[in-house]
Amino acid sequence: MKQGKPHKSLYGVMAQFDNPSQLVAAAKETYAAGYRQINGYSPFPIEELSEAIGFRRTALPLIVLIGGILGGLGGFFMQYWMEVIDYPINVGGKPFNSWPAFIPITFECTVLVAAFSAVLGMLALNKLPQPYHRVFNAPHFALATRDSFFLVIESKDPKFDHDEAVRFLKTLDPREVVDVEL
Amino acid sequence: MKQLGYTPPTELKGISMRALIVGVVFLVLLAIGAFVDRAQFFRAYLVGFVFWSGITLGSLALLMLQHLTGGVWGLIIRRVLEASTRTLPLMVILFVPIIIGLKSLYPWTDTAFMHQTEALAQKISFLNPGFFIIRAAIYFAFWSACAGLLNWFSLLQDRTDQKRHRKRMQMVSGPGLAFLIVSITFAAIDWVMSLEPGWSSTIFGLIFVAAWSLSALSFTILVMSWLTRRAPMNEVVQRSHFHDWGNLLLALVMLWTYFAFSQYLLIWSGNLPEETAWYVARKHDGWGVIALAIVILQFAFPFLTLLSRAAKKSADRLATLALLILIMRVLDVIWLIEPAYYREHFHLSWMDIVAPIAMGGLWIATFAWQLQKRSLMPINDPQIEQALEPVHEH
Repeated sequence: MKQGKPHKSLYGVMAQFDNPSQLVAAAKETYAAGYRQINGYSPFPIEELSEAIGFRRTALPLIVLIGGILGGLGGFFMQYWMEVIDYPINVGGKPFNSWPAFIPITFECTVLVAAFSAVLGMLALNKLPQPYHRVFNAPHFALATRDSFFLVIESKDPKFDHDEAVRFLKTLDPREVVDVEL
Repeated sequence: MKQLGYTPPTELKGISMRALIVGVVFLVLLAIGAFVDRAQFFRAYLVGFVFWSGITLGSLALLMLQHLTGGVWGLIIRRVLEASTRTLPLMVILFVPIIIGLKSLYPWTDTAFMHQTEALAQKISFLNPGFFIIRAAIYFAFWSACAGLLNWFSLLQDRTDQKRHRKRMQMVSGPGLAFLIVSITFAAIDWVMSLEPGWSSTIFGLIFVAAWSLSALSFTILVMSWLTRRAPMNEVVQRSHFHDWGNLLLALVMLWTYFAFSQYLLIWSGNLPEETAWYVARKHDGWGVIALAIVILQFAFPFLTLLSRAAKKSADRLATLALLILIMRVLDVIWLIEPAYYREHFHLSWMDIVAPIAMGGLWIATFAWQLQKRSLMPINDPQIEQALEPVHEH
């Protein structure tokens, strides 16, 4: 542990854990201790983790919902325009606006646009692609894609005090605690 | 971490007893109905039978599915599904009155009617009482063999802690699931579609596979929400498990809708009189109201509700939705069966409600009695540690 560094040059402090249960427990305690600018890193999604770090809501479901609705309406009225307005053909005496026949394409367009909204919305909200991130300054962070679990208290947290944060993380029984430089 | 003995709550004994009393009381009511209107009695009886055998067979399908896919969601509900499949002997006994009422139920028992047109006459070699009963015997024999083997291996696994039992259950489930879908298709054709022998739909059986699985999962979610409030399952079940079941429920709601709408779309597009007659009989007066209710409450409302993550994670909200779906499933079965007899006018008999309750009493009594016989968790399953681990990997 390096002592006496000014906060301005730090991204945060990082604790490394061996298993997901430890990480979730540590995240819960850190949140309970009043830290709000915290983040967890793991090789696979841990559903409980986002709740533990106080990550409650994102705009993504709304983006997907709007995408789905627009896709559905677009799919339906695309067919309506083609079959009723632009090029009406009498098929088997059915009405031009044969809405039951439009349903499959409407459904497919709903799924298609919703899926695109989900992927693109997720990338935009996560500010991805992002070739560089400061957490990679931590020495063992590459293990986050293999078998290690990390918790970071960021220096922008209003409660952040370097020595206090390090002392606190050490009480959570981590493998090690390191500084992440800016 | 691994604690032995997930003893089922003792309240199950009382529930079994009370369900039996309800079943017997309503059965007496139904028996009175048999003297009032014999034909209507059998129709209502068929409604009850198709609904409850659907939960038994849907549970068998879900049980096989979870053996094949693995996953903690299935491990936790496995004992509930197994107990549901052990109601199969009851359903075999309850099938006997349908054989007795064959002449009241199925128009193809009338040979004069079947010789009216050439198309119907061609079907006599398939639709006749002898072959109908033989086929039913084959279905029940196959289902009993699958359910029996799966329950037996599961019991052996509890006792002996050997890996091979898991493998054996998977070996039964693979081919079993394939033939289960075929056998349910035939059962749906025999028991329900043949009520109108002139009509046919090739997707009819798949609608039943989806609908019965939907019934079974809804019932299982209700049972789990009850068990989760009591020891020992309150220590095992987490919100994330309800989330998983909610997702599966959403998938089954969509699967049922997909099949049911496909049938409607094809018949609507083809616009052939012998096919459309089936829907024409089911969309006027009260039948039309029920059809609309099914679209809204068995598809639109559950679909939109289940999009919400919070609704899936809340045991209470998911259980309420499951109860709604079960009620709609009864209406759906009534809507599939009764218009075959009341084509011109809407007619709902008090027996249509009494019969599902009477059979439900017997069914739940059997289910609760079977559920309390075994540990609520398969304690020697290789996945048990993962199931009891508080953090889940996705």
